[in-house]
Order: sequence, then structure tokens, then C-alpha cells
Amino acid sequence: MSKRTLRGQVAVIGIGETTYYKHGKSPVSEFKLALQAILAACKDAGIDPRKIDGFASYSNDRNDPSRLAAALGLPALRFSNMNWGGGGGGGSAAMGNAAAAVACGIADCVVVFRALAQGQFQRFGAAPPGGSATGEAALNAPYGVMSPAQRYAMRAMRFLHENRIADSAQRAIALASYHHAQSNPRAVMHGRPLTAEAYDASRWIVEPWRLFDCCMENDGAAALIVVPAERARDFGQKPAYLLGSAQGSEYRNAARGHNAPLYATSSFTTVAPQLYDMAGVKPADVDVVQSYENFTGGVLMSLVEHGFFKAEEANDFLKPENLLAPSGKLPLNTSGGNLAECYMHGLELQVEAVRQLRGQSTSQVPGAEVSMVISGPMVTPVSSMILGTEATL
Amino acid sequence: MSYLPNGLPAPEPENDGLDKPYWDGTRRGELKVQRCKGCGTFQWGPEWICHKCLSFDLDWHKVSGKGRIYSWERPWHPVHPALQGHGPYIVVLVELPDAGNVRMLGNLLGDPRQDVPIGAEVEAVFEPHDDAKSPFTLVQWRLT
Repeated sequence: MSKRTLRGQVAVIGIGETTYYKHGKSPVSEFKLALQAILAACKDAGIDPRKIDGFASYSNDRNDPSRLAAALGLPALRFSNMNWGGGGGGGSAAMGNAAAAVACGIADCVVVFRALAQGQFQRFGAAPPGGSATGEAALNAPYGVMSPAQRYAMRAMRFLHENRIADSAQRAIALASYHHAQSNPRAVMHGRPLTAEAYDASRWIVEPWRLFDCCMENDGAAALIVVPAERARDFGQKPAYLLGSAQGSEYRNAARGHNAPLYATSSFTTVAPQLYDMAGVKPADVDVVQSYENFTGGVLMSLVEHGFFKAEEANDFLKPENLLAPSGKLPLNTSGGNLAECYMHGLELQVEAVRQLRGQSTSQVPGAEVSMVISGPMVTPVSSMILGTEATL
Repeated sequence: MSYLPNGLPAPEPENDGLDKPYWDGTRRGELKVQRCKGCGTFQWGPEWICHKCLSFDLDWHKVSGKGRIYSWERPWHPVHPALQGHGPYIVVLVELPDAGNVRMLGNLLGDPRQDVPIGAEVEAVFEPHDDAKSPFTLVQWRLT
């Protein structure tokens, strides 16, 4: 029996985004944002929206595929998929799920999307008002542990302690995102450069994270269109082929009350090897990385667990010059990412990974052939994916 | 006197009763974690099955309340109305050597701006909230 794999079986042929807004500033409803991003992706691909026959998303996206299919007048809905889990951990998993459906013939043209208008709903970074907490929350909320930053800071703190990580390492990750956002007119933080001094002077949100270590919260939507590889060249854009996709987390990652046996982790220790195995590439083959910044410490652990450097090398590797396009050792978050482009729950990272392979990034890595996305560190399940140009097949 | 202001979400046992023995125990000043009757494995937080031997026959075991700090954080930004204007506070994750190094989360009593040494010895302090609508007791930690 041949090896079961998604490598080279599907391609992304269209990408679309709405304008990105500060949270609460979207002038239109969340559902309309989703529709706008999907139609933008169809236009980018040059495909009739009525060819869409499936949807995949994550993190309990509120915009139901059946409503989307009705709104768009789709002839038939053949695939509707939600990846379990919160945070942005499902971003690359949604791509993998869409790819699996397309590769197996369940559907022919699947849209991966995420839409958020937090002004119309509860914000992530603010605890809901309310009187009681049960289950996992009962072990956290009464002690003042409610927001995602508070939930995950102790994972990072343990990692920083065990590996003697300097403050400059997390800072370099923030500076890279802000640097790249300055060339990206779509970015919410375009025109708002960040210096090392301003980072150091910024207020604590929760130690070990300052304001600029934490993602923004935004309104907007993003979408990508996945089709079988054999049709990938029928559309207007250079295809981005999926080389690998992996999701999950290691042994007992979700043990309640912060009892994961391997606590100081971004949850990728078993996922990353699976990703590389499917993609048939090594860390040194990766030309550019988009790594989900919920918090900079999560990016740090993600890059270690994906083999770009060892924990003990982090202080030397994580310097701004190594992380910047076009010529850094590992160009990182080249659109500005969750910190400075838009917190589109990470799906803007998938869009940027495709742009790099097309040569369309505002911080282009010359000749990028292998493009990685790492989604939602520290939550579970997490996921990551590798895209490649036709030359990598 | 509680470490954090009143008005934060109050803990309530789950509808299915899984964690009720824990919360009942703290009311009596007893710190309890699960222990498997079959293989002796300590387990926290609570679950319906032993993760080691898959037995459903779990017991509640009283532990000493001696621990050491495994990790910590210091929140500054108030995310709940009850914390507005309160200032920073410390959360510690404490491992319990006499219970298989399971970890428990709580606040570190004392100066909220103090240095927090990972590895330091701490002990449990019970913090009753008798005036709550459904009275409960939190477990806090202090350096020994």
C-alpha cells in the first residue's frame, strides 16, 4: 500500500480578504464580511462563486456553511466542516480538512474562511460578566485567570525559565511583525512603526508579556479556495500546492488545571514531525514562515518545536535582522501577522503564505518556493501546514 | 479578607458532580486530589477515568498542602470589572511532590510586586468566601 498523504494533491488558487478594521469598527455585519472575503477570493481566482461546494473553518466560526450556501445560491453543498478547539489552533487544520475533502472526492472546490466582528459579539480579551465558573474555568477564573493571555502566560514563563531566554528574544518577534506591517498598506498598524525602546517601555498585560507581545483584536474576514491539483493551472493565479498538513497536540496536553505533563510547550512536539514527514521537507528547506502570534512566547516555542533552532539557541537566533524579509535567515510574519497586520484569527497568515509563493507579498522573500504556516500555539488542537510552488512537487 | 476583590466568577461544582468532592473538601480545610484505587496514580484536575490504567474506580486522597512553585504570572491588565483599579496580582502554578507532582493553580499571598522564585516551597492557605450566594473556599499559596 502506498503512503497515505495529501502532498501535492490540492492547491490554493484564490485568496480574498476584506478591509481589516480595529475591533468593533467594521461598518458591516460579520456575515457580510464573510461573504465579501469569499467573493474576493473567487475574483482573485477568476472562478464563478457557484462552483464552490464546500466550506471549512475553525474556532466555532459563527457563519454557518448552510447559510452561506443559501446566500450564495450554491447549486449543492457537499462539505461543511468545523475543526474543534478555540484560539487560532485550527487555522491550518481547516486547510488540511478542506484538502482531505478535495483529495478524496467529497467536494471539488472548498472555501476555507474565518470572519470576525468582535464588536458585534464578546471580545476574546475581556472576560464575560457573570456570576459563576464551572469545570476547568472554576480552577482558573476565581484566581483571576480568564483571558487567553492569562491562560497561557505560565506555559511561556516556564519555558523562558527553563531555557534562560532573554527579553530580547520575544521583543525581536514583535519588532519583525511591526517592521513588515510598515510596507503593507492593508495592515492595521501600517504607519505605526515600533522601536525596541517603545517595546521596552510598553505596559505589562501579564508578565512575561507586554502590550506589544499580544495580538490585536480586529474585525474582518479572509478566505482561500482549495481545488484538486489537476485543475490548479486552469485559473488566473500561480497555484500554491499543499505539501503537508498536521494537527493535534502531544500526550495529555489538555489535562485540566494546567496539568499537561509537558507544560512548557506550544503543543507542536508531535505535530511538527508529522508535518515534515508528509511534506518531505526539512526545516532548512523552508523559505518563509508565518507563525501565529497570540503571544510572542508562543511563536518562540513554535519555532523551536518546528526545528528552526534549539531552545538554547533562541537568544542568538531571535534577533530582528534574522527575521526580516528579504534576506533574514528566517523571514517571519511578512505581512505583519496577528500583531500588526490583522488578528484575522490567523487566517491572514495562510493568505500571506500563498502570496509569498506567487511573488506578491509586500515583504517578498526572493524566489520563495516553500512557505510554512504555524497556527495557534499553546492551545489544543494546534496545526501547521506547508505550501510549495509547482517546482517543489 | 480575600486576596482578590469580590465579584470574580465564583466556582461551582459541575452539574455531573465530577469535582464536587474537591470543593466540598476545601470548605472543610482539606485539599484533595483524585487517586486511582487500581494503580495508585494521582490525578488532577479531575476526570472520570484514570489516565494511566483506565480504571473508573477513583478515590479522593487528602494531600498535605506542601508544594513548590512550578511557574507563575503577574496579570496587570484588568479583564474583569471586579479587577478595575485593583493593580497587579500574582498567579502561581504549584506542583505537589506528595501527590505525584500534580499541579494546582492559585494566587501567591503577600506583596503582589514581589519576585517569584520558581522552585520555592509553598503551602496551601484556605480562603473561605462564606458570604457568597453559594459559599465556597479557594486554595491560595504562601511561601514557607
